Amino acid sequence: MATDTYTKVEDTKVGKKAAGPVGWVDDRLGLAGVARKNLRKVFPDHWSFMLGEIALWSFVVLLLSGVFLTFWFQPSMAEVVYDGSYEPLKGLEMSQAYASTLDISFDIRGGLLMRQIHHWAAHLFIAAMIVHMLRVFFTGAYRKPREINWLIGVGLLALGFIEGFAGYSLPDDLLSGTGLRFVDGLIRSIPIVGSYLEFFIFGGEFPGELIIPRLYMAHILLIPALLLGLIAAHMLLLVYHKHTQWPGPGRTNENVVGFPMLPVYAAKAGGFFFVVFGFTALLSATIQMNPVWAYGPYNPSEVTAGSQPDWYMGFSEGLVRLMPGWESTFFGYTWSWNVFIPGVGGLGLLFTSLALWPFIERWITKDNREHHLLVRPRNAPTRTALGVAGMTAFGVGWAAGGNDIIATQFGLDIYALTWVFRFGFFIFPVIAFLITKRICIGLQHADSDRILHGYETGVLERSPDGGYSERHAPLPVAGQYTLTARDRAPELAPAQTVDANGVEAPHNRRERVRVWLRDKYYAGAVDKPTADDVHHAEEHLGHFEGHPSDHGDDFRGVSDAGVPKVH
Amino acid sequence: MRTLSTRRRHPLAGLFVLLGALAVAAALYTVFAPKNATAQESSTADVEAGRDLFLIGCASCHGENAEGIVTSDDSNYGPSLIGVGAAAVDFQVGTGRMPMAQSAPQAPKKAPEYDEEETRQLAAYIASLGPGPAIPEDEFLEYEDATAEEISEGGEFFRTNCTACHNSVGAGGALPDGRYAPTLEGVTAKHIYEAMQTGPQQMPVFGDDVITPEDKRAVIAYIKAVQDQPNYGGLGGGGLGPVADGVWVWLVGIGGMVGFAIWIAANGTRSKKKVKGAEQ
Amino acid sequence: MSDEIERHHGPSEVAEPIADPGLPVHQYRVTDVDEAQARRTERQISLMFGLATLLAIGFTVAYFAVDFETTFLGWSAQNFALGATLGGALLLIGVGIIQWAKKLMSDHEMVEMRHPVRSSDEDRAAVMADINAGIEESGIGRRPLIRNSLLGAIGALALPSIVLLRDLGPTPHGQATTVWKRGMRVVNDVSGTPIRPSDVEVGQLINAEPAVFFPAEGEDHSEFHGHELLAAKAKAAVIVVRMRPEDITPEKGKENWGIDGILCYSKICTHVGCPISLWEQQTHHLLCPCHQSTFDLADNGKVIFGPAYRPVPQLPLGIDDEGFIIAMSDFPDIVAPSYPELARDQKKLDGE
Repeated sequence: MATDTYTKVEDTKVGKKAAGPVGWVDDRLGLAGVARKNLRKVFPDHWSFMLGEIALWSFVVLLLSGVFLTFWFQPSMAEVVYDGSYEPLKGLEMSQAYASTLDISFDIRGGLLMRQIHHWAAHLFIAAMIVHMLRVFFTGAYRKPREINWLIGVGLLALGFIEGFAGYSLPDDLLSGTGLRFVDGLIRSIPIVGSYLEFFIFGGEFPGELIIPRLYMAHILLIPALLLGLIAAHMLLLVYHKHTQWPGPGRTNENVVGFPMLPVYAAKAGGFFFVVFGFTALLSATIQMNPVWAYGPYNPSEVTAGSQPDWYMGFSEGLVRLMPGWESTFFGYTWSWNVFIPGVGGLGLLFTSLALWPFIERWITKDNREHHLLVRPRNAPTRTALGVAGMTAFGVGWAAGGNDIIATQFGLDIYALTWVFRFGFFIFPVIAFLITKRICIGLQHADSDRILHGYETGVLERSPDGGYSERHAPLPVAGQYTLTARDRAPELAPAQTVDANGVEAPHNRRERVRVWLRDKYYAGAVDKPTADDVHHAEEHLGHFEGHPSDHGDDFRGVSDAGVPKVH
Repeated sequence: MRTLSTRRRHPLAGLFVLLGALAVAAALYTVFAPKNATAQESSTADVEAGRDLFLIGCASCHGENAEGIVTSDDSNYGPSLIGVGAAAVDFQVGTGRMPMAQSAPQAPKKAPEYDEEETRQLAAYIASLGPGPAIPEDEFLEYEDATAEEISEGGEFFRTNCTACHNSVGAGGALPDGRYAPTLEGVTAKHIYEAMQTGPQQMPVFGDDVITPEDKRAVIAYIKAVQDQPNYGGLGGGGLGPVADGVWVWLVGIGGMVGFAIWIAANGTRSKKKVKGAEQ
Repeated sequence: MSDEIERHHGPSEVAEPIADPGLPVHQYRVTDVDEAQARRTERQISLMFGLATLLAIGFTVAYFAVDFETTFLGWSAQNFALGATLGGALLLIGVGIIQWAKKLMSDHEMVEMRHPVRSSDEDRAAVMADINAGIEESGIGRRPLIRNSLLGAIGALALPSIVLLRDLGPTPHGQATTVWKRGMRVVNDVSGTPIRPSDVEVGQLINAEPAVFFPAEGEDHSEFHGHELLAAKAKAAVIVVRMRPEDITPEKGKENWGIDGILCYSKICTHVGCPISLWEQQTHHLLCPCHQSTFDLADNGKVIFGPAYRPVPQLPLGIDDEGFIIAMSDFPDIVAPSYPELARDQKKLDGE
């Protein structure tokens, strides 16, 4: 671009003022080389690229509001008599943790707001991470060379879950205590060492007096430090790899097209921080989040209907509700499958499959190229369908975690719901997979049609023999190119079971499995038209007198984006 | 009193199953229900009027003498009402649960079919059948003047005995087979008291010997205090807890954030004109 | 990659159906071509920043002027005022900055070329050579004694780091027993009043505790307080219910555990330990609000639905000299969620 058209920096005011400090810093750090590469680094513009940024800024909001809360919160399970402003709990014995949470809510000005901002931001942090991860998954952005960043992201999500749960447990209200009681049961269910882990983690029998100080340490020091480190690595890799982009005219696998970091992205991203913080504060001003005072202090002989974890643990909670009551005894030990399998296995399976997927896919497709262009979900039907199936399984678990609320709000039978979810957990994902794959393939067909037969203009024509047809017009070239800018399906050779000398290849069976999976992976997908197809199509569309955009106001019909040209 | 009892006993003697119980029931009734002398005088009339109402509206399920109807598979079509007391009638009829409109897992709260007068008459009739809990005295219903200490004590009772089904702010909860613990929102102090005392439908009884009338008043005071207090932090989720929070997060929170992201990345209106002096 | 079977084609390798037309011609924004419009936008943005300043001042005023208990729309006016002013100020600053970037900053798209992530072959070879030189010069391969003893020493450091964690908590104990014992009164929770059988009606539910949690007569404090009380409660809380005796089908040996249909069960779910007291007086079913395990109290606390495996344990009842309900022993079955040693502990209990 025409940087040389600007006034020389030495001649500007800023240039004169900044030269000194910049020189001073560079004399000591020598970072001009790095800064030169990155200050005007190009980022592509798309709304879906900003989802991760919501998570990033929510994390900053969490740090700020969290520091505020630590000024008053006392992570102690020592018993005190509450003497704060909230009347209905006055005079009750409760832990210092709960009493100080009530003080923050009622006796510190702005304390309730900060508590709500903190809780809201926590929700948004995890929700934004999930939405961001789905974007990365469904567009194939995790592929080589970004697998490591995907793994870091999976780690961030897992840590976010744990961090959120620890925070949920700190106020020591009836709800958070019930959550800890569940964790206690979960730890006890770990085969053979369960009791030892329970006594070590809780410092004795549940609830003990140490779990909240320990969770507090994890919540404000250990996990945030890990999160911070991983976020830094995540961002560094993002800058290093350069952002992926959508294919389009001039946007290829070898370049990145967009706006420079300075000033446009610095402003957009910096402005977005204020937007995220401001929106979170507005939400906290108007929508109540976790009214701890309504639950009362924790007491192991009390519980409230509708005891639920926060939504991100809903999947795990739901699986625990769906699991049949299995328990067995062998080797003299009790094995609580009813708690261990869904409690540890559910999230374990989720995160393991998330972490392994890029490697499984690469093993199946043997695609070793670097990918910097995103794939529209429809153009990877199997991946998209698998993703939707996974979301469906997660959704069933999620719904099951709120089955009691669903039952009361919709007047349903909670047992019947549980049975529907028990079967649904296995059946619904399969149905979702099949439907999604069909939809993707259908959309691919539609794309091919738009390339080869043009788009529908909304102009009806009557032929001499009286038949009616809708006039089609060719897409603009840019649109055609964008639709075809994707990988052609690879040539699928049968499995090589013998090597060149006719000897059985060593990894015979594994290779056959791979080839079988590969054929399934590509099955049904519609390849993009060939150059010949397009050539024929052009001839076919040729009797249309030119492209609608050449006609200006004479053209009566809709544009390729579906907008009527003339009313 | 004596003449009243005798006078009442004589014409109705043939109808009543338990003669001894009548004296107690009538005594309880005269003490608790009517506030003045005229009401006391009309109690015999109440019982008769109640019986007439009962025969029309209730007997088809509960039997002509309220002895209940047992179906061939040995379950209750309508349970016996002998000894359930005036409090049970006042609760069931006063909240519209009885008469039931249709067969359902449980009788829902609805607009009462009988007015206050008729409810009182029905209660008088059922109370006359056998001793049972009477309609609570006003002094145990006046929760407004409960002290802060009583309210927090009531909260302890509430969380120990009630929240497991009714939820920590009385929003209600799920029970097996399509049944549910109803919300306590908008339920009068008298009906809350009567429900604890009589254990309607699946709800267990919390009798006065264990949860004393003073304790019950404290529980009611806590429920009302919690329901009347502001939603300090903003729009509540109806007291439904984290599930409602999650719905807010996904609908409003992430929805709004994504909206902002779309706005940030959107291309504004473009002009067909060109900048003066630009290279194109 | 000699064993590669699939040949993947990128967009540029094979003849493409449509040739890349290249970046489209830049289209200018209204603010680029119309200076008046640009100035209007400039004013709009500075108005936002100005409003944000006012809101920040408004926050300060609200902090001192608005009381927490004052309500607005049924909310705390203070929370709303602080949140709305702070949120409004932040949001206006953010929207203003973004608007500035969108409308006024240059929006010419720039193109940057990517380079393969992979380093050059020379670099790789050089790195491998350096690593090799390092290994050679250290002699780590030639002197296995040093290498192995070092590895051993570092491995041994695992011991202190694990041993140091030993005092995180005591070894497991006391999971099989509760504070209940023969003769201990069953008292109403919260009030601590003892219970006579005549106090309990058919259909009644009493959330109860062992008397030891409440001060003995003439004392101010109970034996238990603070976290010890919570830990004891987490196992000893019970519910007392009364059913019609003819509805109850006691197992062999449990016939005399109740008093005229009054039975006492643990309140702690055998699944993960939520306190359960959702008792339906007509069906006699007890539902756990956490995960919907359902137990039939007329049938020895058997599981009839949900993820729990063990029946909810029953406490044998009796009556003391003064006519109050007491426990006849500790729970014969282990209460609270299962743990690995449960089967063994239960065997020991049964043996006693």
